[in-house]
Amino acid sequence: MAEPFIIETKGLTKRYGEVTAVDGLDLAIRPGEVFGLLGPNGAGKTTTTLMLLGLTEPTEGTASIDGFDCTRQPLKVKSIVGYLPDSVGFYPDMTGRQNLVFTGQLNGLDKALCEQRAAQLLERVGMTYAADRKAGTYSRGMKQRLGIADVLMKDPKVIIMDEPTLGIDPEGMRELISLIRELSVQDGRTILISSHQLYQVQQICDRVGIFVHGRLIACGRIEDLGRQLENEGNWSLDLQAEPNKKELYEKLSDLAGVKRIEQDATGLMRIESSRDIRRDATTLVMETGCVLTQLHQRGGDLDEIYHKYFEKAGENDERAGGGKTGGKFRSLFHREQVSGQ
Amino acid sequence: MVRPAASSGPSSTESRCPASNGAGLYALYRKELADHLTSNRFFLVSALLLIVSAASLGGAVSSLGGSSVDSSEFLFLKLFTTSGNSIYSFATFIAFLGPLVGITLGFDAINNERSQGTLNRLAAQPIYRDSIINAKFLAGATVILMLTLTLGLFMSGAGLLLIGIPPSGEEVCRIIAYFLLSAVYMSVWLALAIIFSVVCKHAATAALASISIWLFLSLFMSLVASGISNVLFPVEGIEGYGNMMKNYELDLALNRISPYYLFTEAATTILNPSVRSIGIVTMSSVSGAIDAPLPFGQSLLLIWPHLVVMIALAAAGFAIAYVSFMRQEIRA
Repeated sequence: MAEPFIIETKGLTKRYGEVTAVDGLDLAIRPGEVFGLLGPNGAGKTTTTLMLLGLTEPTEGTASIDGFDCTRQPLKVKSIVGYLPDSVGFYPDMTGRQNLVFTGQLNGLDKALCEQRAAQLLERVGMTYAADRKAGTYSRGMKQRLGIADVLMKDPKVIIMDEPTLGIDPEGMRELISLIRELSVQDGRTILISSHQLYQVQQICDRVGIFVHGRLIACGRIEDLGRQLENEGNWSLDLQAEPNKKELYEKLSDLAGVKRIEQDATGLMRIESSRDIRRDATTLVMETGCVLTQLHQRGGDLDEIYHKYFEKAGENDERAGGGKTGGKFRSLFHREQVSGQ
Repeated sequence: MVRPAASSGPSSTESRCPASNGAGLYALYRKELADHLTSNRFFLVSALLLIVSAASLGGAVSSLGGSSVDSSEFLFLKLFTTSGNSIYSFATFIAFLGPLVGITLGFDAINNERSQGTLNRLAAQPIYRDSIINAKFLAGATVILMLTLTLGLFMSGAGLLLIGIPPSGEEVCRIIAYFLLSAVYMSVWLALAIIFSVVCKHAATAALASISIWLFLSLFMSLVASGISNVLFPVEGIEGYGNMMKNYELDLALNRISPYYLFTEAATTILNPSVRSIGIVTMSSVSGAIDAPLPFGQSLLLIWPHLVVMIALAAAGFAIAYVSFMRQEIRA
């Protein structure tokens, strides 16, 4: 039975007392895919990853990886899944290399193979220069790189990364992203990334799932999500023209379907509309005798998608929120989250 | 846990099988053992024990030499039980400092993994979750055994050099039994410390909790025991005569809650063959008894319950730690 999906969850639910951390999650990830699980802090991303690894038992529902049940066959699952926790730690008194060899031994590999693989992986993540230093002296970025080598020690089919980009400098981020892409394209591994940092995720993920309050509110390719929003009448356009004339602003405001225009100090206008107004807008620019310097259709942008879905989730919450205690507070918290992004 | 042949195909094509649990446990155990043996605190504790042993040995030798040797029997064992002028005997030191060894080896077993962020990485490896705590306890117990055996050899060797009388076969048996008993005693405290390392978030809290229990049971339990038994069965006044027996029995029973007391009783019996009974000796049981030392087998029989209780305490402590660890969330 060839399974089309390597990671599959059905109605996965986790409750901690009154609080529902993950609520009926249905997820299906194909082999070789890079999937991004996006959501604010506390959305239940880590709980989901822990359930996938069999480290936490789901209250309801099932999860399986490569045909193995995550709750009942955790050892089988853990032998093919590499997990990079959000704040990865190493034994400070052991060198980076020793840490890797130890992980290999825990996976039942013999010592010679461990040594050989550790050397290869250290080279691959560019840590050979510090391999024989104590892990306690490593910086955050070095730990993260060692973490990736550590995950690869067991040669996993699936890699789960929890906030891999947290606290890494831009250069380190670039390396990390190219490494992740390499793992997916060259090695054909399936990668699940949970994150709240949209920009990085957008660069590497084939598909994303937006996760709020333990529910998956949107799932699909980034372009598709954008299109879905457009179909619902949420268009967003950045437009800048020179010279910056008042007349243009007014004419644009009068266009049919335009809901709102914001203009910043540089003269950049953000136009929100219920239909595609690009053609009309460019015509207007020419009519007023301006030169179009910038025209950007937003919506293919994850930031925007995320924002929109959050707003939608927030509204739904307020509508349905009466019964749940603290619903209001949660949605307040939401707004903060969004504006913080 | 692993469902055999879940009939879904992928397992047959899967070439790498999960590591057998033994391999994971062994790797962890070796790592823990190496950690202990290279740690500063292990060095510190062994240095403390060696110094204390040497000092008590010196005290014992000087006081044995001073008094004309009244009974040459079991002179070698006296090295362990005789106290010097200003220093405790070796047995007293071990009874008091033994817990420190157990606590030192165990107080940060689990919470340190947690604070280092290595616990979730460890738990994501294909090993059973209990191998983590099993390996920790086993490694600690191994270190304790090594430490006590080293001490035993050191004491015997130094004693042999100082007094020049080789121990008899029975003495050797008693010494070995004594050090095995000490290892069990320290393991009780190791188990207790591991419980706290699971329950407490911070290593410092766990250490403080273990140390306070150690001090309470070692120093104050006897006060509490006599207080309670004196309140329940007062020995003053006319009814005191009737209460005396009950008072003593309750006092003893309460004291025996403490592993410290249990160990002291057992150690005295095993190291001193002339101890014929623990607990109350009535006139009738003494009358007609021949004043001769007990053979090793009989002494062992006398402390058998103590040994069993201490092993049970260690096992129960470990079980509590085990269960609470298995129920805990792995996430940091």
